[in-house]
Amino acid sequence: MSFLPKPKFRHPAIETNDLGFTHRDYEGAISTLCAGCGHDSISAAIIKAVYELSLPPHRIAKLSGIGCSSKTPTYFLGASHGFNSVHGRMPSVLTGANLANRDLIYLGVSGDGDSASIGFGQFAHSIRRGVNMVYIVENNGVYGLTKGQFSATSDKGSKNKRGVVNNDSPIDMVSMAIELGATFVARSFSGDKTQLVPLIKAAIEHRGAAFIDCISPCVAFNNHEGSTKSFDYVRAHNAALNALDFITPRAPISTEYEPGTTEIVRLHDGSSIRLHKIDASHNVHDRAEAMSAIHRHKAAGEIVTGLLYIDEDPQDLHTNLGTIAQPLNELNAPELSPGQALLDKMNAALR
Amino acid sequence: MKPTEIADPNYFHKVVDCQWACPAHTPVPEYIRLIAAGRYGDAYMINWKSNVFPGILGRTCDRPCEPACRRGRVEEQPVAICRLKRVAADYKEDIRERLPRKAAKKNGKRIACIGGGPASLTVARDLAPLGYEITVFDRDPLAGGMMRTQIPKFRLPESVIDEETDYVLNLGIDFRGNTPIDSMKKLLAEGYDAIFVGSGAPRGRDLDDLPGRDECRANLHIGIDWLSSVSFGHTTSIGERVIVLGGGNTAMDCCRSSVRLGGKDVKVVVRSGFEEMKASPWEKEDAMHEGIPILNYLVPKEFKHDNGKLTGVVFEKVKAEYDDKGRRRLVNSGEPDVLLECDDVLMAVGQENSFPWIERDIGIEFNKWDMPAVDETTYQCSRPGIFFGGDAAFGPKNIIWAVAHGHDAAVSIHKYCSGEDIKDRPPPMTTLVSQKMGIHEWSYDNKIENDKRYKVLTVDPAIALKNIKVESELGFDLKLGLAEAQRCLNCDVQTVFADNLCIECDACVDICPVDCITFTDNAEEDVLRTHLSAPATNKTQDLYVSGELKTGRIMAKDEDVCLHCGFCAERCPTGAWDMQRFTLNMTHAEGACRSRA
Repeated sequence: MSFLPKPKFRHPAIETNDLGFTHRDYEGAISTLCAGCGHDSISAAIIKAVYELSLPPHRIAKLSGIGCSSKTPTYFLGASHGFNSVHGRMPSVLTGANLANRDLIYLGVSGDGDSASIGFGQFAHSIRRGVNMVYIVENNGVYGLTKGQFSATSDKGSKNKRGVVNNDSPIDMVSMAIELGATFVARSFSGDKTQLVPLIKAAIEHRGAAFIDCISPCVAFNNHEGSTKSFDYVRAHNAALNALDFITPRAPISTEYEPGTTEIVRLHDGSSIRLHKIDASHNVHDRAEAMSAIHRHKAAGEIVTGLLYIDEDPQDLHTNLGTIAQPLNELNAPELSPGQALLDKMNAALR
Repeated sequence: MKPTEIADPNYFHKVVDCQWACPAHTPVPEYIRLIAAGRYGDAYMINWKSNVFPGILGRTCDRPCEPACRRGRVEEQPVAICRLKRVAADYKEDIRERLPRKAAKKNGKRIACIGGGPASLTVARDLAPLGYEITVFDRDPLAGGMMRTQIPKFRLPESVIDEETDYVLNLGIDFRGNTPIDSMKKLLAEGYDAIFVGSGAPRGRDLDDLPGRDECRANLHIGIDWLSSVSFGHTTSIGERVIVLGGGNTAMDCCRSSVRLGGKDVKVVVRSGFEEMKASPWEKEDAMHEGIPILNYLVPKEFKHDNGKLTGVVFEKVKAEYDDKGRRRLVNSGEPDVLLECDDVLMAVGQENSFPWIERDIGIEFNKWDMPAVDETTYQCSRPGIFFGGDAAFGPKNIIWAVAHGHDAAVSIHKYCSGEDIKDRPPPMTTLVSQKMGIHEWSYDNKIENDKRYKVLTVDPAIALKNIKVESELGFDLKLGLAEAQRCLNCDVQTVFADNLCIECDACVDICPVDCITFTDNAEEDVLRTHLSAPATNKTQDLYVSGELKTGRIMAKDEDVCLHCGFCAERCPTGAWDMQRFTLNMTHAEGACRSRA
């Protein structure tokens, strides 16, 4: 843990995005997590993604619960809105915020304890309702803040730091998300920013419930031999289905690609992702196949990563509920109190 | 790229830009830390060992360290290294107890040093404690050479020169003032074991061929001779209208001295453009602050006079033209000539060595410029046992170069007198020591201050311009000195990487405030430089490259703008990064310089 503030000096040739910001303008306070924590890499990936998308920080809201992962929103996007909620309750708070103001980009940051244990129900309902958000689980398979107990995502048969074997079945977050109706589901690894950053960018542009399970080694309690969430283990067993490039709406899409190995996936706002298929048989538009790929690789002892499933035409909570398009804080007296005539009409309809 | 060879003493030395740029390789960050700690005496002694004249250099150094300073690449201005040196000298306690003693036993070898300037005094200081019997000859009555004769007292007070030349002379040096050497042959006959020539570049260039030069000799002065005459109090006044010809530091000293000796309308006239002037930027600034205009692109053509009384100088107006190779030529601008009226002219258009006193038949070879052929490593000329240093060796440079030459010549003399091969010169010794105190604590202050460079306090011009002996700069006071010292980035505390410990977690990449660090596939240097988090375009700065890591990638760090803040090491979970203090022990004349086997 570092006590000093990060020096203000920047590289003299640092680049700026379309808004004139450097990537350092998207930083937050200096991290108080353990040195080398995978979560810090995910924070850096979020910073990079938002910087590259040239998003104004004040149009983003970051929400979290409790845990190491849920501390991280302090360490990125210092100029964005944030809410650090009760343990496991991030999805409810995010859903509420989203209903009140659909114009913001919602970034739900959670961990395996926060989402797979105490907040499991909350996670499930926010996904099945199709809340337009990016839901990132920083998954280290261990309770780091309480010093190393198995979490609900620890693999059966994996060992804790003291050599004890876990006998419980793990919850597989991506399978759950697909089952519950998430319209964008991916898994990645904190140690692989080339994969993670485009996934976060695509998830932000996706207008629906986007879920990313990001394996994030806990250097203090879950980076030893026998762990299935360590740097070494994940690197050795990583089975990436695809690699992605995020393409902004303005960039011309190159048509030079070999059909069957590369595919363009359109996103809502005109941007798209170029998907390089590593596993040619995988179809990202097919939920059943996504489930089967997850199970197949799991059986082979591999950790499947990449974009697993996407619905290019999602329907979100606001559409389902038919809510007003304007954020609630922009509604004034005429909209909120439409007058006696309208009330009479409504009452008449109920008779 | 191949993994960086950090055991090479030059690798980390180059990262300490200031120390690398200093001809004497003064450990700058080390003494700046001591100043910050209030240990002025210790800071002074570190300087004294490296550069012999901290108080003098702290006022007059040409500061090759400052343009090199890394701080100048991450913000506007480098650390005021030179003025911090002066802080150490001004506020030190009495350090005389800490100086070397006179040698208790002489070793029976006698060395003659010709000239009592910085080069000779450095040779004397390095050799006297080893038991050498040193005799220093100088044509002037007091030691110091050009430091005493050419640098005006308002920049360098007499007391500072006395103090620091005495530290050397008190080592039992036999100083013979008012003793010009007029024949090398005669000196050789006196049987010295070795002779060191540190006689400087004593001849100021004249403008002999200009019309009117001979007629108005009384009002035309050679810059360095005039300064010397002022220095010894022989000259105490000058005409009201003065033209100084030349654009070097001597010209700046001439014009500022003129203003103090009664010059009312003093101007500097240079042939070249203002930007190309040889004078240090701060010396030009100092002159201009005193209201002295600098006129450029004017080439002197004729001295005008009225029956031998100088009335003015005619200048041709020129402009710069560049050929295909970028070489500059000054050509007539087509505008009419300019006449500038004046009472006196000071010619500061260069100076050169001159050796009329060295006979040409004693085995000392002279090159095509009629200068002695001197070896650039050993400083020996073609006759064994005779060594050159300072301006006398390779033409006019400055004090800090003279000191550096002196150290190296002393090593040669020591080896020569011990019957060893003077070409066999051991490299400097280096050490690397971890600065880790706790998991996020370092034994150096790694907080980066954002302060801009502080201005040095000066005397009110109304007082300074009235008396040539009033030092115009007051230097930093303790508070400013401390604040300026905090600007140093501690570049000698190195980021040292152990590839066998790295788990490639990216923590260092993510935290680095200046995007120095990248984990990437290996490539040739030119390609690699374009593949980094921030492109490494400054090729004068090395890339630090690790061996292959577990994923097959390498770590590449661009040293260019590293702040040495230690955050990479603080955020490293395995200690693969460590902050280690690099120290460099230059090879000086002492036991170790002779053999390290």
